[in-house]
Amino acid sequence: MDITSMTAVELGKRIQAGELSAVEAVKASLAQIDKVEASVHGFVTVDREGALRRAEEVQKKIDDGTLTGPLAGVPAAIKDNLCIKDMPATCSSRILENFKPTFTAEAVKNLEKAGAIVIGKTNMDEFAMGSTTETSYFGVTRNPWNTEHVPGGSSGGSCAAVAAEECAFALGSDTGGSIRQPSCFCGVVGIKPTYGTVSRYGLIAYGSSLDQVGPVARDVTDCAVILEAIASHDPKDSTSMPPGAGGYDFTGALVDDVKGMRIGIPQDYFIEGLDQEVKEHILSAAKVLEEKGAIVEEFDLSLVQYAIPAYYVIASAEASSNLSRFDGVKYGYRTPDYEGLHNMYKKSRSEGFGAEVKRRIMLGSFVLSSGYYDAYYLKALKTKALIKQAFDRAFEKYDVILAPAAPTTAPKLGASLNDPLKMYLGDIYTISVNLAGLPGISIPVGTDSKGLPVGMQIIGSCFDEAKLFRAAYAYEQTRAYERPELVKASKETVSNETASEETVSVKAEKAASEMKTNKLSDEAVRTMEGGDR
Amino acid sequence: MANKISDETIEYVGILAKLELSEQEKEEAKADMEKMLDYIDTLNELDTEGIEPMSHVFPVSNVFREDVVTNGDGSVDTLANAPLKKDNSFKVPKTIG
Repeated sequence: MDITSMTAVELGKRIQAGELSAVEAVKASLAQIDKVEASVHGFVTVDREGALRRAEEVQKKIDDGTLTGPLAGVPAAIKDNLCIKDMPATCSSRILENFKPTFTAEAVKNLEKAGAIVIGKTNMDEFAMGSTTETSYFGVTRNPWNTEHVPGGSSGGSCAAVAAEECAFALGSDTGGSIRQPSCFCGVVGIKPTYGTVSRYGLIAYGSSLDQVGPVARDVTDCAVILEAIASHDPKDSTSMPPGAGGYDFTGALVDDVKGMRIGIPQDYFIEGLDQEVKEHILSAAKVLEEKGAIVEEFDLSLVQYAIPAYYVIASAEASSNLSRFDGVKYGYRTPDYEGLHNMYKKSRSEGFGAEVKRRIMLGSFVLSSGYYDAYYLKALKTKALIKQAFDRAFEKYDVILAPAAPTTAPKLGASLNDPLKMYLGDIYTISVNLAGLPGISIPVGTDSKGLPVGMQIIGSCFDEAKLFRAAYAYEQTRAYERPELVKASKETVSNETASEETVSVKAEKAASEMKTNKLSDEAVRTMEGGDR
Repeated sequence: MANKISDETIEYVGILAKLELSEQEKEEAKADMEKMLDYIDTLNELDTEGIEPMSHVFPVSNVFREDVVTNGDGSVDTLANAPLKKDNSFKVPKTIG
């Protein structure tokens, strides 16, 4: 039985049926981490002892009938910007290297209530600022489909870990595409729910008006089940919202039927910069839905080119404010040498933050400064209002909008950071969804000629996750899940222990030689010492 | 329209951002910011006359709750994260001369 290949729901069912235990599930995940983590580096922290201890506790509750839900006993990984009590939360930044939260994020708490077992924290772009997971202080994460390519970002660790089958599912966060774009690059399914659906309590803030927590998994069903578990109207988050008309029933929408569903494709998304192969994949996926009875038509969304500049003003402004709390006083890094309070603040922050974070704090401080506030910040908020109106008009005509998740497949490592503006342009299909607060899901639709996954994005109206899940589920029924070669190779020892030993060692050697450029990765994977507290 | 960021501006933004930049970092920050602002200026093509700035996508305003303490005293746990502490307090450099 190949435990780590199962979806969360399959695994949960087997555990409920007594075919395997939560402890076995966690052990299988940890063994898979041992096999592939050196090549992938999806994790910042792996909490082995804690995970096994929690698995034993959960198994007891399964045995006595207290935990009967679909996620009980299922191993999960959590992006390192979500707080879990007593487990480091670094945001992949030097400034939080030694920070251990004193409370657990609401979304994670909800998962724990459902019996899911957190096995570790995943790598990310520092403070979720980036599209490649290369700005992490703890080294880059590699794409399991091709370790010379990035996994996307900023939830690159979560998506790579799910694709590499190191966990059954993961949580990520999405401020401008940070769940959907890496899900697309890693060939997995990721959803950013409607703003306010999942509590932000315990999510270390980047752009508070845009941040949203969401699931990353290997199929649409898992995403619906996980979202049902984590969604809540939380009094501890003043921007948390009550659910839409259907409540938190997302699995009810998993119906293979799109007859009569109205699907709009913004023709202004099919512009210069969109890779030809990606375009063809998206259009043929649209055709599949049309053949299933959906009414697909192109329309003009408008304002597409204004989303990115508006986003960078708003997100940077909010980041400059949110990140002012990192001052070397209450937690995190403090510079060893300083003269006086202000010098201590400045030096701690300058040494603690990486280049991309500083770039955005500077831009954000500038656009909020007196004399520029109206021209930049207010202008961006007005643009946001217009973008929201454009989507409102579109959803009068369409049930869902279909689009690429990213204009290209995953770029090579090292190809993006030297030109930040170019990297920002890669977020063109995801960013406006955050500005308008909408739900969006990315699902794999195939691979390009380089063998890298292509993802399709389905965007829904606010609190209308149901339609989005239905369209995604219906499409998914037409296509089998594809796994990367690296994952297949890692499992050859399971299916054919002796015969494939040689090929595996050759592959491991190859993986080791590929690792050379990534000097940080091995040391950077931290293991929590002494899990007991 | 090309934006030009002066030395004074980058100095001022550094003070607002509480960041100490080396000379090289300052030059890079100037170039980065000029490029970004040129790009952001494309927003000026949009007529936003009479449009209300939207800070929140949903029409929610203040959310109130009863003023009742629900969490316990977390001072020991909280202070465990402090880079420097003294007498159950955060220790900081002298702030008043």
